[in-house]
Amino acid sequence: MNGVHDMGGMQGMGPVVHEKDEPVFHEAWESRVYALTRLVRAGGGRWNIDAGRYEIERLPPAEYLRMSYYERWAARLPIQVVKMGLVTQAEIESGTPASGSAKATPQLTALRVPAMVATRVSTKRDVRVKATFRRGQRVRARNMHPPGHTRLPRYARGKLGTVVADRGVFVFPDTNAEFLGEKPQHLYSVRFTARELWGDRASTRDSVYLDLWDDYLERV
Amino acid sequence: MGNDKKPPVGRRGFLKDAAATAAAFVAEPSAAHGHAHHDHGHDHQHQAVPSDVALRVKALESLLVEKGLVDRAALDAVVDSYETKIGPRNGARVVARAWVDPAYKKRLLADPTAAIAELGYSGGQGEDMVVLENSPKIHNLVVCTLCSCYPWPVLGLPPVWYKSAPYRSRAVIDPRGVLQEFGLELPENVEVRVWDSTAEIRYLVLPERPPGTDHLSEDALAALVTRDSMIGVTKVSPPQAGGRA
Repeated sequence: MNGVHDMGGMQGMGPVVHEKDEPVFHEAWESRVYALTRLVRAGGGRWNIDAGRYEIERLPPAEYLRMSYYERWAARLPIQVVKMGLVTQAEIESGTPASGSAKATPQLTALRVPAMVATRVSTKRDVRVKATFRRGQRVRARNMHPPGHTRLPRYARGKLGTVVADRGVFVFPDTNAEFLGEKPQHLYSVRFTARELWGDRASTRDSVYLDLWDDYLERV
Repeated sequence: MGNDKKPPVGRRGFLKDAAATAAAFVAEPSAAHGHAHHDHGHDHQHQAVPSDVALRVKALESLLVEKGLVDRAALDAVVDSYETKIGPRNGARVVARAWVDPAYKKRLLADPTAAIAELGYSGGQGEDMVVLENSPKIHNLVVCTLCSCYPWPVLGLPPVWYKSAPYRSRAVIDPRGVLQEFGLELPENVEVRVWDSTAEIRYLVLPERPPGTDHLSEDALAALVTRDSMIGVTKVSPPQAGGRA
């Protein structure tokens, strides 16, 4: 979707503010919402990283821009646990478990956390899928504007680039975000010159590299 | 939030505010929420933080614990992992090893995920790593314009500026301007490569080893390597010039 989260190339956002000796979390609630989101996710159920991003992208635009990063996580968490079927809307509203509901046993104990945080959950898939493009090939990022989740930023759409690497076969976010299947396909590192993206005032030397799936690209 | 001056409201009320529709958040009158003035004086992108967010999160945590869905000690363990164990010191060890051990550097560039795992670092948001080597002619810079993608196992959780609108919007269109704000002025003949983390590939910049460090041990070198240099917004400074966090 053409949302406010797709910020690449926007102007007027001001200077980058660097905080010296920044803590990992600024407030205790930030650490709690982070850990809750990780544990709820690790407990299994119908959820994936793309669905999680898509939920954040669908926050109302003005709210998205106003909120701090972890406020967005705090806004997503109740939505997420209801969609995962872990908690009902009524329980969210009442603040207590439904009467008579069985109490689960947490799947992840503290002892298992070190293994959980060290576990790789790759979206790379070991399946044979034909690569449409090859290294060195000129490609165009499609001029597409899907209303759902996509990882093709607006600033690259319609632009010409060069495939510099084939990263292998990966889960396709656009379908995965809506539980419509993983649609695994080749992912490429594609180089776009700064001039191609930003016009004559950009440096002739600089470039931007994006990781783009087969379905985002077309032949030139 | 230490400065919450609102009268206590029941857990029911807070969870209701957190109801599973984004509309609930829009409906909350922002004016009712005081700005959180944090005593440590940071100035990241909070505008009018809802002062009840801490209580909403607390209420949700209580509900999930009562339902037996999460364990409080496990929550503490996750927080502790990212506050004390998984952070940029990990990445600094990788960089220092690459500087002193040419065979390791070769492996790091050829199969980054495996080479990083050799030092004991792996996990979520570091599943498929790519290492970008800076040189006198090429400067690499990493961003995630769409969200906040960042290589957790080697750098920990990202700083606020990395997730902020100014960095996400400008790193791709004005990388040299952004670098200047970090105090790094690159000559025109240096090629700037910006890497937008649009997929699940996670990037670690291998900064240049600063001059005058031939005598330093691997540990001493690791101490010089900053988080920002591994994102690519700064270089690593020689010891006498002092470093930046």
